[in-house]
Amino acid sequence: MIVMLAFVIGGLYAAGLYMMLRRSITKLIIGLSLLSHASNLLIFTTGGLVPARPPIIPDGATEIIKPFADPVPQALVLTAIVISFGVTAFALVLLHRTYLTIGTDDLDDLSKTDSAKPETSD
Amino acid sequence: MNTILILPLITPLMVAAVSFLLWRHRTWQKWLSVVGACLSLAWACLLFERVRDGEILIMQAGGWAAPFGISLVADTLAAVMVLLTATMNLAVTIYALRSIDERRAAFGFYPVLQILMVGVTGAFLTGDLFNLYVWFEVMLMSSFVLLALGGERAQLEGGIKYVTINLLSSAIFLAAIGFLYSVTGTLNMADLALKLGTLPASLTAPLSVLFLIAFGVKAALFPLFFWLPASYHTAPVAVSAVFAGLLTKVGVYALIRTFTLIFAFTDVDMNSMLLTLAGLTMIMGGLGALAQTDARRMLSFLIIAHIGVAVMGLGLGTTRALAGTIFYLIEDVIVLTNLFLIIGIMGGVCGTFEMRRMGGLYRTHPMLGALFLIPAWSLSGVPPFSGFFAKLALVQAGLEVEGYTVVALSLIVGILTLTVMMRLWAEAFWKAPHLVASDIDATQGKIQVGKMLLAPVCALSLMSIGLGIWAETVFGVALTAAVQMSDADVYVEAVLGAVR
Repeated sequence: MIVMLAFVIGGLYAAGLYMMLRRSITKLIIGLSLLSHASNLLIFTTGGLVPARPPIIPDGATEIIKPFADPVPQALVLTAIVISFGVTAFALVLLHRTYLTIGTDDLDDLSKTDSAKPETSD
Repeated sequence: MNTILILPLITPLMVAAVSFLLWRHRTWQKWLSVVGACLSLAWACLLFERVRDGEILIMQAGGWAAPFGISLVADTLAAVMVLLTATMNLAVTIYALRSIDERRAAFGFYPVLQILMVGVTGAFLTGDLFNLYVWFEVMLMSSFVLLALGGERAQLEGGIKYVTINLLSSAIFLAAIGFLYSVTGTLNMADLALKLGTLPASLTAPLSVLFLIAFGVKAALFPLFFWLPASYHTAPVAVSAVFAGLLTKVGVYALIRTFTLIFAFTDVDMNSMLLTLAGLTMIMGGLGALAQTDARRMLSFLIIAHIGVAVMGLGLGTTRALAGTIFYLIEDVIVLTNLFLIIGIMGGVCGTFEMRRMGGLYRTHPMLGALFLIPAWSLSGVPPFSGFFAKLALVQAGLEVEGYTVVALSLIVGILTLTVMMRLWAEAFWKAPHLVASDIDATQGKIQVGKMLLAPVCALSLMSIGLGIWAETVFGVALTAAVQMSDADVYVEAVLGAVR
């Protein structure tokens, strides 16, 4: 199961980075969310994927018997999912605003702040 | 229970929460922010007084003992950074009262600025790595909003680049946290330091590189700096000032914490890599600044150059060098914020930030010319200003360990900074006013220089001078912090031992 998930996570990272390198902003944001999914899944996997082994010390024992399913990464991943949800929502709104203002979703048209001086002032 | 630890965090948070409730009452929001900023500053001063002699204050959130709950830790470095954050908060909030337009204020500029401060303060105070990630996200989220607020074309363009690169770095940070947890089973920084020490370098070295990349992006280290000059200058000046002063410094702080504490007991030796990166960052930033004609873009490159100088002390690795880095950070936060605020006034008066179209300011605003020189000389390291003493400490520390190349580079950066600063001064103040037909018409963008704009600038300039006059005291505090940090045992014992 862990090997399979490792491939899934690797695939997600690869797909996310590939999407981020595309020219379209829409694909950039898909890439970002794939990337955060990959990280979330990675943390989830580190908790140990052992079925039916709750992290409870059995009667009479003083230490927990390994392997057990660690609940902490699940709590962490929950936080991370919520954060990435909020961030993705913001990125989508930003994309929409950018599309409305600039009228393009091509990243190559967004090079104004890099080279030429921007015309805006505060 | 050290309640003082939570106060600088909770005050801006409460201000933001109440401000959101008073959504339509913008005057209330403004004055609430100012009062909140004053209060935060008072708490930060109290906190700093408690820890300036080297004590480490701990608060275990919810009463959960150290490796299990989330610890808030204030050692001298953290307290100094919190104090700086609160000071910048007050300065920028007052500056924003006049410089931020009503449209931005109506979309919640003031509460979001306070939330940014919560994130920054939290990142300095936390003793838990995942909690650091959460504070980073609080900080990033509000900085995204501040950057894009107003929705001008350049802002949106810069915003997309800023958001993308920062989310990428967060993903890397998160992955690094995941790996770290899977090999150690803990995320408390002190506990991590102990547990990582027992692991082989083949395991800890790749992890440390992941953290270097994640924090390197936030700190704008070479070669991960390109997003900064593409985005920082697009925001209103008050926002750029806060970003320039604080956000990249959070990255540097995280780097310092990671490599003096978490990886302290491991065999990983990142010093030479950090030194190389610092040297390249300095040169790229300095040369980049030379090539710019927009005052704000030029400053953005200078931020990068001086991040390089600060990281150099971390790379040198000795206690003196660390003290130099801390002194440099203190100076850098104040001076860079101040420079952005002054350039905001200059640009406002001229109606443009394009250096070639500025000019004649000395005739109309001679005091502004004098005020500009204080942070400009301080940043370049001209004695008797604070930048000189900070760089002196770093150079001495560099010579002690025979890091001649990096010392030479840091001195060259000083010259480059002086060159671009004097060029800006000559263009904006000395040169005859630039009059083109289109400029005469474009007067509506120009501002009157009022007390509200000048007060924070004067206060920060006085602080730069004060840091220079009382350099020995400041260096003493920096040295206390550095001594604390070069012995990671102290931190570990304070966090874990307090409850055992």
